[in-house]
Amino acid sequence: MKRAIILAISVMFVFSAGIAFAEYPEKPITYIIPFNPGGESDVTARFQEPILEEVLGVDVNVNHKPGGGGAVAWSEFQRTAKPDGYTVIGVNIPHIIGGPMLRKNSGYETDGFGLVMWFHFTPNALVVNANSPFKTLKDFIDYAKEHPKVITVGGSGSYSANHLEMLRLEREAGIKLTYIPHTGTGPLVPAILGGHLSALMTYSMPPVQLGDKVRVLAVASDERVEALPDAPTFKEQGYDIVGGAFRGVAAPKGTPKAVIDKLADAFTRANKKIAEKQLPLGFVMTYATGDDATALVEKMGKSYSDVINDILEEQKK
Amino acid sequence: MELFWKVVTELMNPFVFFLILGGVTSGLFVGAMPGLTAAMALAVLLPFTFKLPPLLGLVALGAVYMGAIYGGSFAAILVNTPGTPSSIATAFEGYPMAKDGRAIEAISIATVSSAVGGLAGVFFLLVLSPPLARLSIQFGSAEYFWVAMLGLTLIASLSPGSTLKGFMGGSFGMVLASVGVAPIGGENRFTFGMPVLQGGVEMIVALIGFFVIPELFNMAAHGRAALVEVTMDSRKRGTFFSAIRTVFSMPVNLIRSCIIGEIVAIIPGAGGSIANLVAYNEAKRASKHPERFGKGTVEGLVASESSNNVTVAGSMVPLLTLGIPGAPPDAVILGVMLMHGLRPGMDLFTVSGDLTYAFIISMGLAALFMVPVGLLGGRLIYRVIVKTPHYLLVPSIALVTILGTYALRNSLSDVVIMLLLGTTGFVLRELEVESAPIVLGLILGGIAEMGFVQSILRGTSLDHPWMMLFQNRLSQIIIFMMVLSFASPYLSAGFRRFKRGPEELLKDEGDSP
Repeated sequence: MKRAIILAISVMFVFSAGIAFAEYPEKPITYIIPFNPGGESDVTARFQEPILEEVLGVDVNVNHKPGGGGAVAWSEFQRTAKPDGYTVIGVNIPHIIGGPMLRKNSGYETDGFGLVMWFHFTPNALVVNANSPFKTLKDFIDYAKEHPKVITVGGSGSYSANHLEMLRLEREAGIKLTYIPHTGTGPLVPAILGGHLSALMTYSMPPVQLGDKVRVLAVASDERVEALPDAPTFKEQGYDIVGGAFRGVAAPKGTPKAVIDKLADAFTRANKKIAEKQLPLGFVMTYATGDDATALVEKMGKSYSDVINDILEEQKK
Repeated sequence: MELFWKVVTELMNPFVFFLILGGVTSGLFVGAMPGLTAAMALAVLLPFTFKLPPLLGLVALGAVYMGAIYGGSFAAILVNTPGTPSSIATAFEGYPMAKDGRAIEAISIATVSSAVGGLAGVFFLLVLSPPLARLSIQFGSAEYFWVAMLGLTLIASLSPGSTLKGFMGGSFGMVLASVGVAPIGGENRFTFGMPVLQGGVEMIVALIGFFVIPELFNMAAHGRAALVEVTMDSRKRGTFFSAIRTVFSMPVNLIRSCIIGEIVAIIPGAGGSIANLVAYNEAKRASKHPERFGKGTVEGLVASESSNNVTVAGSMVPLLTLGIPGAPPDAVILGVMLMHGLRPGMDLFTVSGDLTYAFIISMGLAALFMVPVGLLGGRLIYRVIVKTPHYLLVPSIALVTILGTYALRNSLSDVVIMLLLGTTGFVLRELEVESAPIVLGLILGGIAEMGFVQSILRGTSLDHPWMMLFQNRLSQIIIFMMVLSFASPYLSAGFRRFKRGPEELLKDEGDSP
């Protein structure tokens, strides 16, 4: 009897091992978030976690490795993660584009990831306090033309999506502004409400949250954002400015295509389910997988290249 | 009134009480472990809260937060290691008390003070949210710079003996704060080509390094000087009632510390780490016996532990009214609110008022629950530490420390940095350079730099950009406080002379050899 049980168990083991070998995934997946707990990336990952677990049938553990605007986690990931699909990491545009171009020794490369998917986008938005004299984008630009560098624009970080967008606006509109970097989106809120800055170039989420305390002069998306129906886009007002932060997920470079596809499928399903929670917060959902995912990096890289080249020129001086 | 009953019925749910009790208890243990932070505990809890209705999820998170900030005092008192940055000053007085055989007394006093602080924070949040929120947004970059400068004046009082050595420590801390990707400009600074240093020196890593490691070396070198059995005297004073008597025998200190805690809490980005140090410093300055500080004074302990627990509910003022997370744990709570479709802002108090008020009151209940949990838990932890033989205690603390540091960012490099800083800290302590000013420099260095550069940038259009730093009324008030803080030792000495009159002074001088 005992023998039979042992035999049965070992047969089961052999079989399950065989099946699992062919069938990814067979053990828990680590999902690294290169930012602090509580941020947009983390909150999204927490949303995705239960759905991914359901679809993939294994545990998904969200880990944080913040630091250096994502650089710490990305550089370690590219150096050490095994391309087996059991470690994936959150990636962001333009961070992974701007970081290696602008900083020596950033420790990672833009094309050093096995991209799985870009799942959402928070477009940049130009926001002023509700009592601001700038009623429209035109007011803002006219004033800036007459008073170069007088308008202070706050954003999160240096050479971040916010910063690059402001530089692009300067270039497109032929104006000069003064950019004031902050440590994140959080500190921008008191800065604009307390009247410490003239405007913010921030993501679409803070204005949704602040409601009628602020006015959105323009949003950097192709179409109006669902949660901000009254806010016009830059395009509507004659400026071809589209950009913001894309968030996605990547496996290590060299991960087998079958594994990437399986992950992409799971993340796509998760994305559909979380859309109804994310849209009201100001997110725009995207579904860029496979070649589309790579193409998006190239497209955004090109659109930022003029601005980034200007910065590099400036730095050489 | 209708709202009131709605809130009461929401809370009159045995499951709510169970969550608060469980939250406070687990928070307490997380807080007591060096390296495990309140934010981390909340992040781990996050997935579970999705399965709960919004209120219950928030109740659990609030209770864990409250418990963790308080739990930091255990490690501070028993092993001279602040479990969280919020209990740095607790270690200054709590540990000397424990060394005198007054560990239980110190824990009881810390418990009662924390509960009072927690309740005070809830009171402020319930009653004064709108004006406090208005005050909170007055802090611009110039004010941040001056607040950081004001904080740096604490160095003088945190380094007994030699102010110069204190300033050396503080400067070292500020240099550590500048490692990594520059917050403004985005260049790599002091990374020596190592990508891992781009993230800078995490405050908790430094805290563990500078406080735990030197203490472990000490314990290893000098044997168990650390803790002695509780004395009879302390056993008597360690009861709940005598702790209450002691804490409430210093109402001025208590009220002052709570107000300081609240003001620091509403400044986004400050929080418990600064609150406990400022409150401690003020308690010392106001004390009739400042020379007793650092040797086991109850006043300092009360100031530190009450002020840091005020910040739990206190930092919810900008969070709930404006959606500004004041500290990392608040960011997690904001995330949970957004996920449940709750948008911070005044709507939270009107449209979903029942839920918001129930959440706030549950934090007050958590503060009350801390008393029984803390008194029992404190005794338990104390007994474990006293009964554990020395040769097991040192390695187990070392192990917990290393695991805690690793868990912070899942990073082995943080462990290496922690050990390096710890060794440095030990050497510096031998040279009588204290750890507290270094950690203070690390906490404030970044805030000062950010505030300074942002202000200068904002002043680009002025004739003299640096005038930006002096323009606002609030800046001027903070500068005045800073000058006062610097000058007060001299002023009070002069005042005493003045009061005694010239004759007595002459007599006095005649008496001295």
